[in-house]
Amino acid sequence: MADGRANPWPEAARLLVLGALGLLFLMPYLWMVSASLKPLDEIFRASLNLIPEGGGTLRNYARVLAEVPVLQYLWNGVVVCGGILFFQLLFAVPAGYAIAKLDFPGRDWMFGAVMLGLLVPYHVPALPLYVAFSWIGWLNTFAALIVPSVISVFAIFLFRQFFKALPDELIHAARIDGMNELSIVWRVILPNALPAATAFAIFSVVAHWNDLFWPLIAVTGHDRATPALAILYYRSEEAGDDFGALMAASAIMTAPLVLAFLVAQRRFVEGIATTGLKG
Amino acid sequence: MPMSEAAVALRPRSRAGRQGESLAGLLLTLPASLSYIVLLLAPTLAAVLLAFTDYELGAPSIRWIGLENFAELAEDRGFQVSLRNTLVYVGIVAPASIAGALALALLIESLTRGRALFRAVFFLPVVSLPVAMATAWQYLLHPTIGPVNALLRDIGIAGPAWLTSSDTVLLSLAFIGIWEAIGFNLVLFLAGLTAIPRELHHAAEVDGVKSTWERFRLVTWPLLGPTTLFVVTITLIRSVRTFDSVAVLTQGGPNRASEVLLYTIYTEGFTFFRLGYSAAITLVFLVIVLALMLLQTRVLDKRVHYG
Amino acid sequence: MAGITIQAVTKRFGSVTALAGVSLDVQPGEFVALVGPSGCGKTTLMRVVAGIERADSGRILIAGRDVTDRRAAERDVAMVFQSYALYPHLTVAQNIAVPLLMRRLTTAQRLPLLGALWPGSRAARRAIRQDAAQAAAALGLGTMLDRRPAQLSGGQRQRVALARAIVRSPKAFLMDEPLSNLDAALRVQTRREIVDIHRRVGAATLYVTHDQAEALTMADRVAVMLGGEILQVDSPDRIYAEPQDLRVATFIGSPRINTLPVEARADGALTLDGEALGLGTPAEGALTLALRPEDLRADPSGPIQAVAEQVEFLGESLLLHGRLARAETPVTLRLPPGSRVPQGAFRVAFAPERALLFDAAGRRAPLRQAAHADV
Repeated sequence: MADGRANPWPEAARLLVLGALGLLFLMPYLWMVSASLKPLDEIFRASLNLIPEGGGTLRNYARVLAEVPVLQYLWNGVVVCGGILFFQLLFAVPAGYAIAKLDFPGRDWMFGAVMLGLLVPYHVPALPLYVAFSWIGWLNTFAALIVPSVISVFAIFLFRQFFKALPDELIHAARIDGMNELSIVWRVILPNALPAATAFAIFSVVAHWNDLFWPLIAVTGHDRATPALAILYYRSEEAGDDFGALMAASAIMTAPLVLAFLVAQRRFVEGIATTGLKG
Repeated sequence: MPMSEAAVALRPRSRAGRQGESLAGLLLTLPASLSYIVLLLAPTLAAVLLAFTDYELGAPSIRWIGLENFAELAEDRGFQVSLRNTLVYVGIVAPASIAGALALALLIESLTRGRALFRAVFFLPVVSLPVAMATAWQYLLHPTIGPVNALLRDIGIAGPAWLTSSDTVLLSLAFIGIWEAIGFNLVLFLAGLTAIPRELHHAAEVDGVKSTWERFRLVTWPLLGPTTLFVVTITLIRSVRTFDSVAVLTQGGPNRASEVLLYTIYTEGFTFFRLGYSAAITLVFLVIVLALMLLQTRVLDKRVHYG
Repeated sequence: MAGITIQAVTKRFGSVTALAGVSLDVQPGEFVALVGPSGCGKTTLMRVVAGIERADSGRILIAGRDVTDRRAAERDVAMVFQSYALYPHLTVAQNIAVPLLMRRLTTAQRLPLLGALWPGSRAARRAIRQDAAQAAAALGLGTMLDRRPAQLSGGQRQRVALARAIVRSPKAFLMDEPLSNLDAALRVQTRREIVDIHRRVGAATLYVTHDQAEALTMADRVAVMLGGEILQVDSPDRIYAEPQDLRVATFIGSPRINTLPVEARADGALTLDGEALGLGTPAEGALTLALRPEDLRADPSGPIQAVAEQVEFLGESLLLHGRLARAETPVTLRLPPGSRVPQGAFRVAFAPERALLFDAAGRRAPLRQAAHADV
């Protein structure tokens, strides 16, 4: 009765249940890493040992690193996600602030358009965008991967909500101090937008690093493949036989975000939770 | 500064001030507006229009055919299967991942230690590359070399070919979908649970509420209302948009048993290049998503916010 | 058989001791105010009495029954929370009825949907509705039964919290700073109403507040708490006039009591800044003389030298703030309205029978009115 909330099960039991469920939940990761460290014949023997016999082998990783331009793909992922995030913030932060705090003609229409835009999944404009990009020869470029996501109505919505909660006095004080509108944005608004920007950044990077649909459409060939596409290609080229190498490749491509998450856990979770609750 | 001047500076009252504010507002929203029109509005309208044409990529001409695409959809058995599969998939994944996440959230929130650890464990799939994890699942569920069937073999059961048998493929994908979705919902529920004021639980206890179930009914569930609503909406929409695992693992097969809407949109548009037809399916998809959103705002939103 | 008995309760949070062996008795029908600054442990003590927190050691008895091992739902206490803790999705009537629903209906009768059809449920629920309506009417909520908390003002919500607490005539009535969220005018008015309710309910009431004025006006007895300990429990006038600890003296009374560092000469006479005060004591060491502002007056023949600094006009009196002439110790006098206010240096006299002396440990020391000690 530590805080007056009696629970039917003692805490030890609950920990046990959660521990068991958690372990089951981690099975894909455990087996992925396990298989990536096993030689092919051991995989095919289908033993239930998570630990590879004889200490395991790095052959699979060596093969993947030799055959697959891993760094290139990871770099593509970084460029694409970074580029998208950069432009999303560049466009959405000022817009969100303006809609939240400034009075200008068309403001309410704009907010309505933002809300409407939230309803439309990105797969809808994807087709015509593909056609347009194909006409101007932008397929298979970073531009094709980055440009469509540059407008994020979700970001505008989020920042608008955030700025609306910012006290007006902050801006009034800046005006009294003699700042013009541009200075206010640069000196007062941007620094204060950091928490919301961080939350959104996590949300955006995770979404775009993991995205398959648009890269699959916009990119063919290996030059501009994102990590998600890279796995897809490797699968078809491996014809699904060398599971060891496949698991190694999967582990490599998944690792960056997972590691980032484990390091900055609270940020990630808060980011998703706050963007979720505000939405 | 004399009072009057200070008051003026608060909100530009002068025409020049107001004009400056208007100009600033328009300039600040200009990049967003432009990209909205070019990258969102125009393509969406184009997609809507495309749905009423017979456009095919690389075709020399484009013809307006009215509702013919939709008529074809109504007859298209493949589309009907895809629609049905999507609804079945959502019907399994959404309730299971919502209820499961709620149960986990209640368990985790009641702990005094280790919350962050468990939260991280279940949240991991959300930040993991779906394509890669789908591949890992493929290994796990492999009929001959996969650990799941190996375990079943050890206890004498012959495990089915999870991802290659039309009887079990949708179920397997749904299971993977639940696994992927639970962590996200869990975090949202945890946030909602911790937002419930502690004193309310205490008040219930003092009022005589003894069983956990009754406290859940009196305090937790009602105050979780807005969160639950949001989780339901988000989960429905995210599960309707399922694509990655199908594209990677089954390509809609065997025999369309795992074909889902987004995958059909993809194949019609980019394997068969029937962009007009694909656009028509996309329109159906959009209508479904809109309907789900409408459900949230109209029907449930008012009941769930208590002022 | 006391209403509430707290016996040697200790509670630690990690390395912090919130309650250090606290004991207190509240008689049935008595109103005891538990007062102290934030962080002194009073809310923790209240929670332990309510059963929301578990003490590390000690016992709690309510109406003579040992409830130390029982959870809150099984003790017969009612509590009003600082934030009111009303169920936001229930109407006023439903909020008030919850304690009755929990105690009078069986689990089966409380089931959703089915419960209403269970035998006996209809009659019981009707009786509950009537009792809840009665409690609501007693607090002037009769016209608001169908509203939700979000539609009520702060004062109205507080009444709902009170109604919910009194509706089942509890043996013990706990209130955790119920007035702190109200504005000043409402607070004064509600104080009287709470005391009225207490009298009507007739239960042992433990009332927690950080506002010492509130405690003095409302309580039968005041318990002053600091640092996890109860320093003194007494009637309001004794707490005010006869504090046994320097900390009690400085906490009770507004404006704050004057504390002047004094020395005892070899013969026991007390001096301040070298001047004899006409008081003596057998006590030794660093002593503190405490005098209430209303017991001081500006008098050219007084023994204390001071410098006037600021005047506050309160309407019914004046507060003269200053310092001792030869130390930085602040001193405050309460003067009748219309007094001639001294400026610059002036002398202060005091009523010797109202003077309080405390030793170096903060404990009350004996005081004699004499030029030298008649030890």
